[in-house]
Amino acid sequence: MTVAVLNIDWQTLADATGLGAIYALMAVGIGLVFGVLRLVNFAYGQLVMAGAYALAFASEHGWSLWVGIPLCFAVVVTLSMLMDRIVFRPLRTQSPAVMLVATFAVAFLLQSIALLWFGPLGKIASSLATLNQPVTVSGVDIRKIAIVAIGLGALCLLALVLLLGRTRVGLHMRAAAMDFRTAELLGVRAGRVIGAAVVISGVLAAIVAVMLTVQNPLVTPDFALRDTILVLAGVVLGGMNRLVPATLGGFAIGFASGLLGGALPTNQSQYLPSFLFAAVILVLLFRPGGLFTREGQQAVERV
Amino acid sequence: MRRALLLQLLAPLALVALAALVGTLVSTSTETYVINALVNVVIVVALYVFIGNSGVLSFGHISFVAVGAWAAGVLSMPVEEKPAIMPHLFGLLGEHTVGNIWSLALAAAVGAAYALVVGLPLMRLSGLGAGIATFGVLEITHNVLRYWEKIGPGLNTFSAVPETTGLLQASLGAALAVIVAFGYRRMRFGRLLSATREDAAAARAVGVSVYRQRLVAFVLSGALAGFAGGLLVHMLPVNTESVYLDLTFLTLAMLVIGGATSLWGAVVGALAVSAVDSFLAEAESGIHLFGRSVDFPAGTRIVVVGALMALVLILRPAGLTGGREFSVPLARPRRLLTKFAR
Repeated sequence: MTVAVLNIDWQTLADATGLGAIYALMAVGIGLVFGVLRLVNFAYGQLVMAGAYALAFASEHGWSLWVGIPLCFAVVVTLSMLMDRIVFRPLRTQSPAVMLVATFAVAFLLQSIALLWFGPLGKIASSLATLNQPVTVSGVDIRKIAIVAIGLGALCLLALVLLLGRTRVGLHMRAAAMDFRTAELLGVRAGRVIGAAVVISGVLAAIVAVMLTVQNPLVTPDFALRDTILVLAGVVLGGMNRLVPATLGGFAIGFASGLLGGALPTNQSQYLPSFLFAAVILVLLFRPGGLFTREGQQAVERV
Repeated sequence: MRRALLLQLLAPLALVALAALVGTLVSTSTETYVINALVNVVIVVALYVFIGNSGVLSFGHISFVAVGAWAAGVLSMPVEEKPAIMPHLFGLLGEHTVGNIWSLALAAAVGAAYALVVGLPLMRLSGLGAGIATFGVLEITHNVLRYWEKIGPGLNTFSAVPETTGLLQASLGAALAVIVAFGYRRMRFGRLLSATREDAAAARAVGVSVYRQRLVAFVLSGALAGFAGGLLVHMLPVNTESVYLDLTFLTLAMLVIGGATSLWGAVVGALAVSAVDSFLAEAESGIHLFGRSVDFPAGTRIVVVGALMALVLILRPAGLTGGREFSVPLARPRRLLTKFAR
């Protein structure tokens, strides 16, 4: 067994940070809905997939970016709201496990609809391809998208922190995430908080769709499926119950898989998912509240 | 009372026999679907033994199917075929071949052993934690089987495995699974486990170890799932993708649609969804229906099954059978009903 020589250059590091930022955004999208609804959304990746298809559709018809990106946002947010209205709302009183199975069904449903509609071969979303070109920063070549992803990720997270910390709806959302029933008793309007969480997580999915299509312009029905599975793992690693740890977990898993995937030779990086999921299982067993939570903030879910 | 109990065993068995009978009457190409449906019955009954009786979710059972398929497939492939399909196999595995029955028994044993290893730590979890951790097990198993070419074909497909799972073997297998699941449910273990499902705190209070009961069920359902994997690899050429997310989704959908908390529900769900699924699979390649030519595009199957599952979850969360065992409506004593209605 040879020891892996890590072969890290600036490009790999920047790409890994960029991927981490994208995963962090997905983690916020998943974490926000989980906090308010206790719903682990397996179908989150299919929202991203729908957005990616909207972009591909626009670039196929030769529409400009100013049409494509709003179309992507409109499609994803509408789908997110529809998903909540049609499937998740009727199931709100069921146990989290039942809702998990339901999102699993929705994920497969959406994926197959995409397969039916667009075929298995995939479409090209080439609208933002210029961002894939490298830019030279003090003698080092870095792809523009990595910088954009990091910048946009930081910006979105900052906006979210402000929204959650400084606005009334943010306060309501945090209260609902902590204890839904008590918040409701204290006058927080459940419908509005859930609506806000669903819309925000949809917006985040649309942003992620835009950035992922730059990195990987070929949109197939299983677009973003692997990413969602990894982000879910990251969210559990960080701590599902709090937004900041969940986000950190998402970033960490994106950064780690980007870095190790780029630096390790293939015959060693192919087992990466096994190690990531083994870590997830260990965290679930020994620190069910997550790695990035303090003691006393642990998720309480005991039988 | 005894007759009602007997009926709970005989009804699912009769359904399996009916499916087998249909299989003998139809054409050879349709018979394949019936055999597949019967193997699905074994997987769904395995899911029922754990998920139905414990109320704990598991996305990981298809990994037991996978290791069962690997064990049976690797060891029953003829020795002279092995180097072509599995060039990197461990010496011991490459030099031996076992017969059909032995490979099925081995598949069940490997499934049970793997379930024991996985269950020892994981049975402490429940709810969401169990769902995600078992999903992790599925991912790890898929990842390892895909790349570790010393224990199997890796990315290759299990071709050249003797196709011994015909209609007879599949229906006997399904019947065996039903009998085992029924026996378990009537035993002390099964009763204690369903007590923990109904009220974990109360079960603990009377001295039931929730952890131990769940582990017993997990290992038994791992054995059944491994057995199903053995049947599967003897039916069609299996690869890592055929025992992964799609099969997990399909079998969970069968369990949920039928009604997770009863054996009757598991069998009904498996056969009903298999029937719909096979019909759509045929329709995807074009069939004649009511004198018209119907040709559904590829992917219709999962759309319909997914929509069915979502609908059942929303409208009838306990499944088509309501999660109850089979009973003849008239045989139900009326006095009991009025007594509990108050």
